[in-house]
Amino acid sequence: MMLRPGTRVHVKNDWPETRGPCHIRTPHYLRGETGTVLRHLGDFPNPEDLAFARPAPKLPLYHVRFDQPALWHEGRAGDEVVVEIYGSWLEAAL
Amino acid sequence: MSILETDGDRLLTALRGLLAAKGIATPQEIAERIRITEGGSPAQGARMVAKAWVDPAYRALMLSDGARAAEQLGIPMRGAPPLGVLEDTPELHNLVVCTLCSCYPRAVLGYPPFWFKSAAYRARAVRDPRGLLTEWGTVLPDHVKLRVVDSTADYRWMVLPLQPAGTEGWPEEKLAGIVREGDMIGVTFPAAG
Repeated sequence: MMLRPGTRVHVKNDWPETRGPCHIRTPHYLRGETGTVLRHLGDFPNPEDLAFARPAPKLPLYHVRFDQPALWHEGRAGDEVVVEIYGSWLEAAL
Repeated sequence: MSILETDGDRLLTALRGLLAAKGIATPQEIAERIRITEGGSPAQGARMVAKAWVDPAYRALMLSDGARAAEQLGIPMRGAPPLGVLEDTPELHNLVVCTLCSCYPRAVLGYPPFWFKSAAYRARAVRDPRGLLTEWGTVLPDHVKLRVVDSTADYRWMVLPLQPAGTEGWPEEKLAGIVREGDMIGVTFPAAG
């Protein structure tokens, strides 16, 4: 399912690095956080598979906006962090 | 002897030989790729920025498809990741970081500066970006929003900064001369001189 611009999303609070070797492009500081989809950037082979030379299905990649002060409980209101995140790491926020 | 102790030149010669013998890359293809890689430099990105300042149609192309805009100036982009261009406005300042490693738009900016890969820059750009900018001497006016773009995946990002006051009417080449590497990462602003 394609996520539309403006959709509120939750980054999965998942830590594959605790289960074994992996290559993750979702930064630690965003796991479990809530953001807003800005746009779909395109579909790209899953780097988590590419890194291990496994067949890599294409995944949608989104530009997702996060409120910067909310991530750290400090900073300037209104500032933001915008990050590329694969659809497999996102769930629609309720 | 482990691979880490092997003489680098011999290892490289062996690797090139294997790439050719297995039909993965010819010596000509490797030479061409080295030529393209070494052609990347901040001067290339600066040419794009200067053209965008004087040519609205080019600015629109650059913002919608950075790679096509680069190719239009003769910058080779084949095999490079998509290039996203972040437009600064009087109300918004962009800052680029790669917190995971050192993703960088090498085709248009060359090799990243040493500090771009440092743990301190990578951590502070997302945690305390305004403090970090202040140390660069970059003070954002109060009404300007800061957008930190963490380059984590398949895109590469460069900033299209605001044209500084006092440079109106300058020829493109002169404008390109004032655009520095840090201005296209977002740690500094271009200045008239």
